[in-house]
Amino acid sequence: MNFDYNEEQQLLADSVRRFLQSKYQFEDRKRIIAGDGWSPQVWATFAEMGLTGLPLPAEHGGFGGGTVDLMGVMEAFGEALVVEPYLPTLMAARLVARGGSDAQKQAILPAVAEGRLKLAVALDDTGRAVLGLPVADKVVVTKAGSLLLVDAKKVALRSFRTLDNMLAGDLALAGAPAEPLGGGREALEEAVDFAAALVCAEAVGAMKFACDTTLEYLKTRKQFGVPIGTFQALQHRIVEMYISYEQAKSMACLACSKIDSSEDPLDRARSVSMAKIKIADSARHVSQEAVQLHGGMGMSEELKVSHAFRRLTVLAAQFGDADYHLARFASL
Amino acid sequence: MDLNYSSEELAFRDEVRSWLEENLPVELSKKVADYEHLSKDDLLRWHKILAKKGWVAPAWPKEWGGTGWNVVQRYLFEEELGYAGSPPLIPFGLSMCAPVLLRFGSDAQKQRFLPRIYQGEDFWCQGYSEPGSGSDLASLKTKAVRNGDHYVVNGQKIWTTLAHYADWIFCLVRTDQSGEKRQEGISFLLMDMKTPGITVRPLILMDGAHEVNEVFFDDVKVPVENLVHDEGKGWTVAKYLLGHERMNTGRIGESKRQLAKLKEFSAAKMGDFRFRDRLTRLEVELQALEITNLRFLDRMRRTGQPPGADVSMLKIRGTEIQQGLTELMMQAADPAAHDEFSSAIRKKYLSTRKTTIYAGSNEIQRNIIAKMTLGL
Repeated sequence: MNFDYNEEQQLLADSVRRFLQSKYQFEDRKRIIAGDGWSPQVWATFAEMGLTGLPLPAEHGGFGGGTVDLMGVMEAFGEALVVEPYLPTLMAARLVARGGSDAQKQAILPAVAEGRLKLAVALDDTGRAVLGLPVADKVVVTKAGSLLLVDAKKVALRSFRTLDNMLAGDLALAGAPAEPLGGGREALEEAVDFAAALVCAEAVGAMKFACDTTLEYLKTRKQFGVPIGTFQALQHRIVEMYISYEQAKSMACLACSKIDSSEDPLDRARSVSMAKIKIADSARHVSQEAVQLHGGMGMSEELKVSHAFRRLTVLAAQFGDADYHLARFASL
Repeated sequence: MDLNYSSEELAFRDEVRSWLEENLPVELSKKVADYEHLSKDDLLRWHKILAKKGWVAPAWPKEWGGTGWNVVQRYLFEEELGYAGSPPLIPFGLSMCAPVLLRFGSDAQKQRFLPRIYQGEDFWCQGYSEPGSGSDLASLKTKAVRNGDHYVVNGQKIWTTLAHYADWIFCLVRTDQSGEKRQEGISFLLMDMKTPGITVRPLILMDGAHEVNEVFFDDVKVPVENLVHDEGKGWTVAKYLLGHERMNTGRIGESKRQLAKLKEFSAAKMGDFRFRDRLTRLEVELQALEITNLRFLDRMRRTGQPPGADVSMLKIRGTEIQQGLTELMMQAADPAAHDEFSSAIRKKYLSTRKTTIYAGSNEIQRNIIAKMTLGL
């Protein structure tokens, strides 16, 4: 048992963080959102850094990494509030890598690793609010419990931005050509747990940002002639924020680690549900307090903290909110 | 990162578990399971069984009887003790006085006290709080005046846990009355409870139990050799000790056992989603705290550094979970039942309110994190 990233994982997380700190600052992110909602240059860099191929099998151009290998990357993405369609691409690629035919794998996975292909997943038959759909090349859809691979451009209906400025869209199959993809319901459940674990890690990164930026504000903002961080009422509240963050991080470690190591789907699902309950509660607590402790500035569109609030609000509910996972946990 | 136990770690756990099955007296584990009062003899009986096995003080250096286990093994051991329902090991000697002596004590003090603590021959208690000095501990007034080869101690301590069992007490006393630098006027003194002038008076808490006391000092003569570290360095010792104390107040193994038990006797209530979800959230919080605790231990192992001030969060969350569990137990127990078990549960609820107050109230813990970790 050990509780830290290995050297390789730490180096990767550090280099991702360095890249984002120089090329994905809050102002860069604003420009991307005001434009197409994603950045081809950034995506190309992700591919160069090996991020798009990280969890893909080595025989298909990937690095064969696990969920824990991705955890530090997702934390860094969370800190920078990255809007690129990374998670939907990884999730669909996982379904292809596990259920695809050799031909499907060969056609899709190396192109994903090289950054030439982006993917999306429709989580249910409604085809609504599919993350990353507007820029996806291929989308995995479900139909009566089986999985199909379709050309995203042929099924996309309309595009929109989610509350946290991510690209999403609705789709309808409507007779579009579809290839069957192996796997079915169990594969989808596994991929959703995988994605939920990564969402936990991403939320942990966004919480880290929210805590740190709030701490900075408490030290610099003055009222009554002193920094407001000298007031005990505020000190205790930010301490609680940091405790929420640490507890959430522990559960993200559990979820990611179980995705990699658990051979029992029930054990895996229980751990992911426990983690998502904690992450949802912590994300809500930390984001709400971050805004409150910033006072009026916390409400402002100009400050990154309000964007972290929006992101954490969405992440809390993504792949099931606390109520959903409380019910799922009880049923397992 | 790998949150699974290795096969060596699992083998170690099995060894501890099967030893406990054979060596933990059923009378003791039954008392623990039924929330019955544990006598001094009960506590010492278990202490001595572990001492004989060589497992009573795993964290001590090997030369003094420590086991040399790594942090994961120590954690597994504590968890198994908690699971098995073993009586608690009273911390005042084993994990409070001993670490202080190991860090600051003279060779003579170590030789004199450590083996007796190990064997359970001396029962220790802790003299910190005073009627006017709770959270503001450094304002303490019990004074020790040097007179040749001894100190003369006068004053009063309060909330002294198990002082009525104790052979010895370690105390913070004021040796410098000038009052200019109040923290530097404090010293750490060991006193034999049989010394003339020491009086113990029980304080009965709301659960009806006698666990804490007032201790009065009236011209108590204490040999100078019982001073630990230098005169005036008591606050340094106390701070060192508080770090140790907080590492142990999470009581995760014990809470896991309580949770398992709560699930057992509240099975009928699990159809009530409101109750079920509160229980799940507590289970999640406990699971998170277990990993947070292990992350702290792992950090200590990797860096070789003592725990930072943020370890206070283990005390905060650990005690909140303990209280949350007793609240749910109260709720799950049949309100119309007036048998011994339900009555014990109600008392447990009352008694557990102390956990967020003792060992530095949770508000003080938040102050510590704000100041020491966050720099506020």
